[in-house]
Amino acid sequence: MEKTKLIDRVNGALAEEFEIEASMLVPGANIKDTLDIDSLGLVDMVALVESLFGIKIQAHEMAGILTFENLYDYIYNNVKDK
Amino acid sequence: MKRRVVITGMGIYSCLGKNLEEVCKSLYEGKSGIVLDPSRRELGFRSGLTAHLEMPNLKGILSRNQRVYMAEQCHYAYVATAEALKNAKMDPDWLAAREVGLLYGNDSSAAAVMKSIDTMRDKRDTTMIGSGAIFQSMNSTVSMNLSCIFKLRGINLTISGACASGSHAIGLGRMLIQSGLQECVVCGGAQEVNPCSIGSFDGINAFSIRESEPCKASRPFDRDRDGLVPGGGAATVVIESYESAVKRGADVLAEITGYGFSSNGDHISVPNVDGPSRSLQMAISEAGIDIRDIGYVNAHATSTPVGDANEAKAIANVFGSHRPEITSTKSMTGHEMWMAGASEIVYSMLMMKNGFIAPNLNFENPDEDSGKLNIPAVRVNRNFDTFLSNSFGFGGTNSTLIVKNIK
Repeated sequence: MEKTKLIDRVNGALAEEFEIEASMLVPGANIKDTLDIDSLGLVDMVALVESLFGIKIQAHEMAGILTFENLYDYIYNNVKDK
Repeated sequence: MKRRVVITGMGIYSCLGKNLEEVCKSLYEGKSGIVLDPSRRELGFRSGLTAHLEMPNLKGILSRNQRVYMAEQCHYAYVATAEALKNAKMDPDWLAAREVGLLYGNDSSAAAVMKSIDTMRDKRDTTMIGSGAIFQSMNSTVSMNLSCIFKLRGINLTISGACASGSHAIGLGRMLIQSGLQECVVCGGAQEVNPCSIGSFDGINAFSIRESEPCKASRPFDRDRDGLVPGGGAATVVIESYESAVKRGADVLAEITGYGFSSNGDHISVPNVDGPSRSLQMAISEAGIDIRDIGYVNAHATSTPVGDANEAKAIANVFGSHRPEITSTKSMTGHEMWMAGASEIVYSMLMMKNGFIAPNLNFENPDEDSGKLNIPAVRVNRNFDTFLSNSFGFGGTNSTLIVKNIK
C-alpha cells in the first residue's frame, strides 16, 4: 500500500470515528490533543487501526506513538500488505 | 419532623411520545405503542410483540466522547432527564453550585454485554471490544453517564429492584430528602428495548402471543389476557425539598406524600396478595390520608393472568368500599419494567394535571377479581388530586407511591 493511500485511509477512519475534520489530522499534530481523547479514547483509536489493517499494536508500543506521523510510520512498517 | 418532598420537574421518552406533550396527547387519545417485530421470531422468540420507539439521535447534542459510554437506555434517559431539568428550570450553573443527587432505576444492560462478548469471542482480542463497553455493560450505566453529563455531585446510585426499580428510586430519593441528607434528587427509571434483554423473559412464556392484534395484546385486568408485552424508554422526575423549591421560586407540581414497600418473601416470579397489600397499606399509612382522598390508582397490572388477579385482590382488600378509577397504562405502553415505576408517575402526573384518566385499553370483559374494581375502558374526563401508583417486581419486591397535586 502506498503511504499516501494509507494516510488517507487512516485519516478518513479517524475523522469519522472521532467526529472531527480530516484537515485537522496533520502529521506533526499530537494524537490525543487533536482527537480530544484521553487514555480511554486511545484504546478506541488503537482498536480502529488494528481493525483496519489487521495488525496488533502492543500497549508498550503506544509510548512511541504520540503524533499522527508516528502512527502512519508504525502502520506502514507493520502492515503486511504494502 | 420529616421534610416535605415535592416534584418540580418531569421528562419522558417512551413509545407514547418523545416528550411530555406528545405523551400527554397519546394518553388522552388512548393510543397504543405496541407493534409486531417479525425479526424476534427469527431469533426464536415465542412472541414478536414489543413497544416501538426510535433511538434518539444525540449526535450534535452530546460529543462522541460522551456518547461512547452510553448504552441504549442511557440515550432515552438523557432525553428524559434533559427535559425534566428544563421543566424544573434547573440550569447547569444551578446544578454545579449544589450537591444534587441521582437515583435511577435500571436492572440490565444486556445488549451492551452481548455485543462485547460477541466481539471478544470473534476477535480474541479484548482491545477490540473498545473503551465504551465496560461503561455500557454495567447495571449502573445510566446513573454513571447521567451524573457525568449533567455534572451532578450528590448521591450517585442505580436502584435495581426488577420491575419496581423506578418506583423505589423515587421513594428512596424522597427518603434522602426527608432526612435532610439531600435537597434535590434526580430520580427515574430506564429500560433497554432490544431482543437481547428480554429473550430469556420470552423463554419463560411470560409474553402475550396475540400477534394478530398488537394493539390488543396488552390487556391488563381483562378476562382474556395472555401475558405482557415488553416495552421501554426512560422517565425522570426531579424531586426536592419543599423549602428548596419555594426558595428558588420553582413551579411545585405535586407532593410525594407516601412511599410503601414490602417483599413477598415467597416465589421468585409468582406474586402473592399479602406483599402488595402491605406495600399499599404502608404507603397509605405514611401519607396519613383518608383512603377516600385517593382519586386514581395507576396499577402495576402487566396483563399476566396471576399478577393482575392478585393485584386486583390486594387493591380490593385495601380500598374496601371506596372504588376510585383504576387503570394500567401498560395497556398502552406494554411493560416498561425497570422504567415503569418512574414512567407511571409521569403518566399519572400528566393525567392529574390535565384532568383526565387514560383508558385501560382492551378491558372488554372483567374476571372474578377485576370485576370488583372500577376499571374504565374509555377515557374519563375528571379532575383528581391524589393518586396511588403500584410497582411490583420479580423476587417479590413491591413499591407504592402516593402523590398529591399542588396547584
